[in-house]
Amino acid sequence: MLSLTSVSAGYGSFQALFGVSLEVPQGEAVGVIGPNGAGKTTLMRVISGLIPLREGAVTLDGQPVGGLPAHRMVEQGIAHVPENRRLFARLSVEDNLRIGAYVPQARRRFTEQLAWVYGLFPRLKDRREQAAGTLSGGEQQMCAIGRALMSKPKLLLMDEPSAGLAPLVVAQVFELVQRIRAEGLTVLIVEQNVQQVLDVVDRAYLLEVGSIKLAGSSAEFKENSFIRRSYMGL
Amino acid sequence: MDPYLIEAIINGILLGGVLALLALGLNLIFGVIDVVWIAYADIVMCGMYVIYFLYVEYGIPLPLTCLMAIASIAALGVVVHLLIIAPVLNSAPINQLLATGGLLFFLQSFATLLFGTDFRNIGVRLPVLEIATLYISFSRLIAFAVGLIGAVALYLFLKRTYIGTAIRAIAQDREIVGLMGVDQRRIYLVTSAIGGALAGLAACLLALQYDVHPHIGNTFGPVIFMICVLGGLGNMIGGFIASFIISQIIAIGGYYANTELSYVLAFTFFIVLMFVRPRGIFAR
Repeated sequence: MLSLTSVSAGYGSFQALFGVSLEVPQGEAVGVIGPNGAGKTTLMRVISGLIPLREGAVTLDGQPVGGLPAHRMVEQGIAHVPENRRLFARLSVEDNLRIGAYVPQARRRFTEQLAWVYGLFPRLKDRREQAAGTLSGGEQQMCAIGRALMSKPKLLLMDEPSAGLAPLVVAQVFELVQRIRAEGLTVLIVEQNVQQVLDVVDRAYLLEVGSIKLAGSSAEFKENSFIRRSYMGL
Repeated sequence: MDPYLIEAIINGILLGGVLALLALGLNLIFGVIDVVWIAYADIVMCGMYVIYFLYVEYGIPLPLTCLMAIASIAALGVVVHLLIIAPVLNSAPINQLLATGGLLFFLQSFATLLFGTDFRNIGVRLPVLEIATLYISFSRLIAFAVGLIGAVALYLFLKRTYIGTAIRAIAQDREIVGLMGVDQRRIYLVTSAIGGALAGLAACLLALQYDVHPHIGNTFGPVIFMICVLGGLGNMIGGFIASFIISQIIAIGGYYANTELSYVLAFTFFIVLMFVRPRGIFAR
């Protein structure tokens, strides 16, 4: 479904990605792991159009989408749950979800999408009038995921969904990812929590200093002695 | 209580309605685009000239004139954004202030060149209501009522529509709204049009009470700016409340002393409060 070919990107004179190629097949969950500063967030931001594509190609369902601005990417069916959630803290939970359904095709289906998101995350329904900034960390992550789902995306990008959360809440977040997968969504997820992310994805990539160093199924990753040693502490 | 004092208080409330409308417009633009339109009151002045010429020179009926003024000043808001704000959007704040400050001098000088320094009045004389022993000007009452209706309409627009929600969201996180499918540039244009429309509406209300001349913006521009800072720049509810505080100081000060001194009083109050609460009375 999503395909990146030799993608390079960066900020100003700093280059963060060097010819990254990866595939996210329809209906699968793919994980990208790697150390801090490897370019994981940059990868997500270039896919969703927040930063420009310098070289290479991005295609979605065979259509070239590389270099489109972020607001056009949403129309193409890519939703991005950003790092640190980035909720609109002073808006209510429901307003956060409403803005998630801003694109015309999502507005038409607002009521059913809202019912679907509230069905997935009943806690959000209980707190729908509350300012999003007053939610707990786990609830904020639910709200950020719910907001992205409101656009009825084909592909969901998740950038470090477990970052900054207590261990118990981290387990809940991965359980949320499982539930989203069960809905048939295609997911690309970036994580530092290697052990837990490998339990929810089908395939994984290892990104180090802006390049893909290893690709394989999650089972292969779990068996790989380098991954076990360097990223799982085993 | 002295009926003249009661009259002053009521007039203060009525004046607050129009100031609130302008404070809302200025705060909306600042909150969304992060640029202060120093020339906002002079854009209102342009609106008053539009009304004067359409109504007095071309004899177009007043309600239609008002609608045309609101539409043309909304368009002017868009033009101001495209020509003056958009090119300096990523510049240092001081450059943005200089650009909109330059617009102030441009508009005042241009109006002087075109229309001279004559004071022009649209010549609409609305009755004065007599309630018990109080005299209330009907044009002020209309200005207050329409000002409030405008504020409520803006509130509902911001609360109930997708674009309104996007406007509130963009003021909180400029980058992430893009991930929601919101085109920032479009929201900036819509905001500038709404800010212009509010200035156009205020022009209609002020044209009923004041003569128009090229420097009329100077009489209330600084007051609106002070109100916005007092309420916390970008804080629309704070600005709304601050409008009524300032208008009361001006009205009651005018009763006990005179209008000039009441402005001195209002600005003194402002300066003192800036020491106590430098981010505005309603700073979060």
